[in-house]
Amino acid sequence: MPDLSAFADPGFLAVQCLNGLTQAMFLFLIASGLSLIFGVLGVLNFAHGSLYMLGAYLSYTIASWFVGPPATFWVALVLGSIGVALVGGIIESVFLRPVYRREELEQLLVTYALVLIISDLVKLAWGAENRSGSRPALLAGSVDIAGRDFPTYNLFVLAVGPLVALALWLLLRRTQFGRLVRAAANDREMVGVVGVNVKGLFTGVFMLGAWLGGLGGGLAAPIGAIFPGMDVEIIVESFIVVVVGGMGSLGGTLLGALIIGQLNAFGILFFPRFAIVFVYVLMAVVLVIRPWGLLGRPVTRG
Amino acid sequence: MERRLVVRAVAGVALLAVPLVLPQFYLLLSVEILIMGLFAIGFNVLMGYAGMVSFGHAAFFGVGAYTCGLLLKKTEAPFVVAFLAAPVVAVVVAAVIGYFCVRLTRIYFSMLTLAFSQIVWATAHKWYSLTGGDNGLVGVPIPAWLIGPRAFYGFVAGVSLIVVAVLWRIMEAPFGRTLLAIRENAERAEFVGINVKRTQLTAFALSGAVSGLAGGMFALFTRGAFPEYAFWTKSAEVLIMTLLGGPHVFLGPALGAGILIVLNSVVTSYTEYWPIVLGIILLALIYVFPGGMTRMFLGWRGAGRPAGATRA
Repeated sequence: MPDLSAFADPGFLAVQCLNGLTQAMFLFLIASGLSLIFGVLGVLNFAHGSLYMLGAYLSYTIASWFVGPPATFWVALVLGSIGVALVGGIIESVFLRPVYRREELEQLLVTYALVLIISDLVKLAWGAENRSGSRPALLAGSVDIAGRDFPTYNLFVLAVGPLVALALWLLLRRTQFGRLVRAAANDREMVGVVGVNVKGLFTGVFMLGAWLGGLGGGLAAPIGAIFPGMDVEIIVESFIVVVVGGMGSLGGTLLGALIIGQLNAFGILFFPRFAIVFVYVLMAVVLVIRPWGLLGRPVTRG
Repeated sequence: MERRLVVRAVAGVALLAVPLVLPQFYLLLSVEILIMGLFAIGFNVLMGYAGMVSFGHAAFFGVGAYTCGLLLKKTEAPFVVAFLAAPVVAVVVAAVIGYFCVRLTRIYFSMLTLAFSQIVWATAHKWYSLTGGDNGLVGVPIPAWLIGPRAFYGFVAGVSLIVVAVLWRIMEAPFGRTLLAIRENAERAEFVGINVKRTQLTAFALSGAVSGLAGGMFALFTRGAFPEYAFWTKSAEVLIMTLLGGPHVFLGPALGAGILIVLNSVVTSYTEYWPIVLGIILLALIYVFPGGMTRMFLGWRGAGRPAGATRA
């Protein structure tokens, strides 16, 4: 029997719910990049978890360069995520560009090879031990939520998620870049035919996706431990989010992240042993009933 | 034709006998190659012949390993029963999982196989009272006649030879050809009266059975079963072996298993950074030798067999 006594404590439930939301924001950041890249480039990027890991390590190291100044965290977050975007640009233009016309499986294998290579490079550069970043002074404290402490930093993450979602939405809906991205997601041949620089567009999209992953990693650095292996851990969860929400759908990714976040937070509370099974069952059920995801559209790519 | 088969059978048996004269280290390495090679050949029934890329084949390997291991450790079941239960249980699990998976295509198919296999992994990982959880199931007893590397190798080689021969016969029969037809054009296959989904499901179950059998043997080999056997990285491993050897040749995946396991053994004796080496091999495979090693040896279109399995 699951332990139901937790229901008697509203503060605890509220905090648990907020924990789930915080996790959802990380998942959203990573999965939105994954989904964007899949939607436009048609590539399922296994290396997205690696970009997230790279974001965490880069931010950690950059932060350690400027110990002292109050803006350290913010500088590290910005520079770290931009660094990951640059790495993404290299990955796209060097490794993926030659295989766009090949089978999906080969593209996938390229990204899997990058997972292996990046994980070892990270071990070589930073060693195998766990590390953890520090929170900015401004957000170091905690707030009182119905009688329980909740870290201020997590509240900040809760604000960043929706802001990024909004910014992405505006970018995709209101700018010329966004129009091109959406057009390319529908029919990349045609976009090329009408004279758009598809190569540049693909690189741009991959860099944006990588930046989102790197930002997620940079934000995770101060709260979760940074360790080699965080890439493999997050990538399957991000796949679940994308599959549940609908591949290529931004709103779906947000919804998927929220569902998985809550499922993890409360699943672990009531069924500590089998919580891990729930997310996979959910993924399977969604795929069986609506293979294109909760908010995705049933289109088959040519 | 008959003579060619006889020549091949003799050559196969001779090749399988070679490791018996090797030092123990290589003999054990050969056992691992045979088991993983069989797993990869089973996996390739789906990937190479049916064109369905499973991301979750570790599930059947794991189910086979745990079935055999649990029956030997926790029951009085005779060895033959425990061993044969591995493919039988795997085929049942594969039929259930496959029933849902074959309705989907491409990436959705792959994702659903991944989801199911992770359910199997999580169950093995968390069900302590049955599987030993993340500690794994250890100390699986094996019969006295199997103890000793030579005896064990002989057992694995014999079983592999029989299974591969039977599977080869099946894939050369109309069933194998039907799968190729579906892979090339499912719609057209449907028009000529083939029950596409049922054929795919049969292939799924068959593939699962072979994978489960390989898993059962692996449990005997390691005298245990561990959650990693069902984890998605194991599925990636068998996929890589298959691509490395070449999915368009019947025995290609086994060659891939051999190459990967030997390389792993060599590289890890020098450095702990095996993943980076594997990553570079994969990139080379994609950019320099597309189609796998067998295609490189046999010529671009795969002069070897099965000719029909060559990708257009």
